[in-house]
Amino acid sequence: MDRPARASALAFEGGWTYSPAPESTEHVRIDERYGLFIGGEFVRPAEGRYFPTLNPATEEPIAEVALATDPDVDRAVRAARAAFEGPWSRMKPIERGKYVYRLARLIQERSRELAVIESLDGGKPIRESRDIDIPLAAAHFFYYAGWADKLEYAFPGRRAAPLGVAGQVIPWNFPLLMLAWKIAPALACGNTVVLKPAETTPLTALKFAEAVQDAGLPPGVVNIVTGAGETGAALVNHPGVDKVAFTGSTEVGKIIQRSLAGTGKRYTLELGGKAANVVFADAAIDQAVEGIVNGIFFNQGHVCCAGSRLLVQESVAEEVIDKLKARMETLIVGDPLDKNTDIGAINSQAQLEKIRSYLEIGLAEGAEMHQSSCPVPERGWWCRPTLFTGVSQSNRIVQEEIFGPVLAIQTFRTEEEGLAKANNTPYGLSGGVWTDKGAKVFRMTRGIRAGVVWANTFNKFDPTAPFGGYKESGMGREGGLHGLDAYLDLDA
Amino acid sequence: MLAARSRLPDLAAVTRVDEVGVAERVARFTSRSIKKESKVEALKMVLSMIDLTTLEGQDTPGKVRQLCQKAMHLHDRRPGLPHVAAVCVYPTLVAVAKRALGDSGIKVASVATAFPSGMAPRRVKIEETKIAVGEGADEIDMVISRGAFLAGDYAAVFDEIAAIKEAAQGAHLKVILETGELGSLDRVRRASVLAMHAGADFIKTSTGKVQPAATLPVTLVMLQAIRDYHAETGRMVGMKPAGGIANAKLAIHYLVMLKETLGNAWMTPDRFRFGASSLANDVLMQIEKQLTGRYQSADYFSRD
Repeated sequence: MDRPARASALAFEGGWTYSPAPESTEHVRIDERYGLFIGGEFVRPAEGRYFPTLNPATEEPIAEVALATDPDVDRAVRAARAAFEGPWSRMKPIERGKYVYRLARLIQERSRELAVIESLDGGKPIRESRDIDIPLAAAHFFYYAGWADKLEYAFPGRRAAPLGVAGQVIPWNFPLLMLAWKIAPALACGNTVVLKPAETTPLTALKFAEAVQDAGLPPGVVNIVTGAGETGAALVNHPGVDKVAFTGSTEVGKIIQRSLAGTGKRYTLELGGKAANVVFADAAIDQAVEGIVNGIFFNQGHVCCAGSRLLVQESVAEEVIDKLKARMETLIVGDPLDKNTDIGAINSQAQLEKIRSYLEIGLAEGAEMHQSSCPVPERGWWCRPTLFTGVSQSNRIVQEEIFGPVLAIQTFRTEEEGLAKANNTPYGLSGGVWTDKGAKVFRMTRGIRAGVVWANTFNKFDPTAPFGGYKESGMGREGGLHGLDAYLDLDA
Repeated sequence: MLAARSRLPDLAAVTRVDEVGVAERVARFTSRSIKKESKVEALKMVLSMIDLTTLEGQDTPGKVRQLCQKAMHLHDRRPGLPHVAAVCVYPTLVAVAKRALGDSGIKVASVATAFPSGMAPRRVKIEETKIAVGEGADEIDMVISRGAFLAGDYAAVFDEIAAIKEAAQGAHLKVILETGELGSLDRVRRASVLAMHAGADFIKTSTGKVQPAATLPVTLVMLQAIRDYHAETGRMVGMKPAGGIANAKLAIHYLVMLKETLGNAWMTPDRFRFGASSLANDVLMQIEKQLTGRYQSADYFSRD
């Protein structure tokens, strides 16, 4: 049957357009240079070296931060040890809880400033840092503050003791939120921490260090050391660290796991993902399309649990792909500080190059690429929302984590085929199922081997829900009751 | 041409709607920040899309003439403003409105089919429609028989819309679903599909006599139905949310939703209307605020 062009024929370009609506930066204070936060003070790094952190939307430096080397990491771990053995582990749990509450409230009070800095430093749209990252970070502190004096109820019949000093290494995709996931449960359980933020996004961690000072935490309970991979390795391998918590790539996670073998250190690893978002023909199609968009284009696709593989039932595949392409045309790519921006800047030049190399791989593999037609700024690092069709399980863009706004689309016929394709990956962090049938929701969510599986929604986070991976997506859980376990020694 | 598509579609095959997902999408529209020139442009567009409405038992020819004057001269102190799209009245006042509006280009819309309940025999509804058109109505706002729809008698609803379409003799037909009585977004979507296939030129949310009237989620579901119907048939059906849209900010949310769902081709009074009685003055006030930097007293705007 000769059919008129589908929704993709709608005209979104031109006409009435939104004027720029930049978030104000007047209330934001960023120092020119930051030292290391050790023992409650900002200190000079031992070797006196600093490195710039860049705004990915302009490629301009925002501030300089200290490069921590072995002696600095050692100093930080010692400070954390002293604080652990001094006041912190002896403090009444209810008092410890008060400090954690105080941090939660300080994050809320400074949320506007933190949101702007998160977007400046990391490139994510202000809508997301304002509405998701910062409120969720505060929520994690509030949630774990409540547990501080109730640990005996969390694990009835068992005596819970803190582990000691936690060495924590976090990624650049959700800087303050990942900090909250790490620091809130650690402190609530009575540990002290040394945290290394990612080298491209250290600023909100340093602003958090100021909040730690303002909250009057005993010196050394929270230490922040900045630097790149070598600093992280020094922290992870420091013999004074009792527990390692890492969020980042599977590649680095494996190196860490090897280095920890035989050390007796406890560890949790939250690594990569290549989640399947499975859309059945009986799903609410328009809302599923929205879920696909949120699944892969949220935070420029820099999300370990992103729904980067779309599996769509063949009878609705054409409709879903047409609607997806139309929806992509309405996504606004550009200035992260503009309140109407949907997709911000790619976090770093290195990451942009990695994404581009995957686009080339996809094309070389014979896949069909579609990108939205939106304009992107000349300076800065940008990638238009992208989808690939005509791919199969053996394509590298289907198998490997791209960590960008790139979706690989495959079809399936039966539920069994959909499930088999969803699970045919070394990863297992998250998954999504879209159907109007309750029974199918339960069969699929039980069948998908992943730590988090969403039904008729995607990328929803809550401090009470545990998060973590199967297979090469990591070990251990963060969030919820399970997240306490990772920071406690539990006697039988 | 009409005959080819005048078949009752299989409503069971219409895609399902997830209310949580709809609410999330709507939240994205309402968080768009519309400032400066884009705001002024939007406000003027809203004015041009208004169906200025009076549908009271106590309406008089005098009140309708007053409303028509307002429709043509929204706020003459500020030059360059558009006039509204239409004046919407009961059938008995169509002739008055028609005369008052003259050759202004403003349409006269008449409600018909035993508005607002629709509880009358079909021949009465057909007769009422013919009378309204005979009096000069350019547009007919009909209500569907919600009782028949909710009872699952889709064929009866379909046939009735088709019959009214015929009786309207070329006048633009807006079909009111009265979504506040349909009970779910799934039914809103199905009723939209049914009305479009039966020949609706516009689909409209509400009579304004039932709460809730127009809402953003309901309107989004209808816009998506319009989009899919267009993809299927190539025909562009218009949309009219009515009732409860009393301020400029909310009206702009609707425009954002329209723009991002149906695109530029629908951003015109030919394809989108606001059914409202008090919206215009708030929009005028906001335009003055944008252009002068100050809010004016409500007394500077005529209340009709």
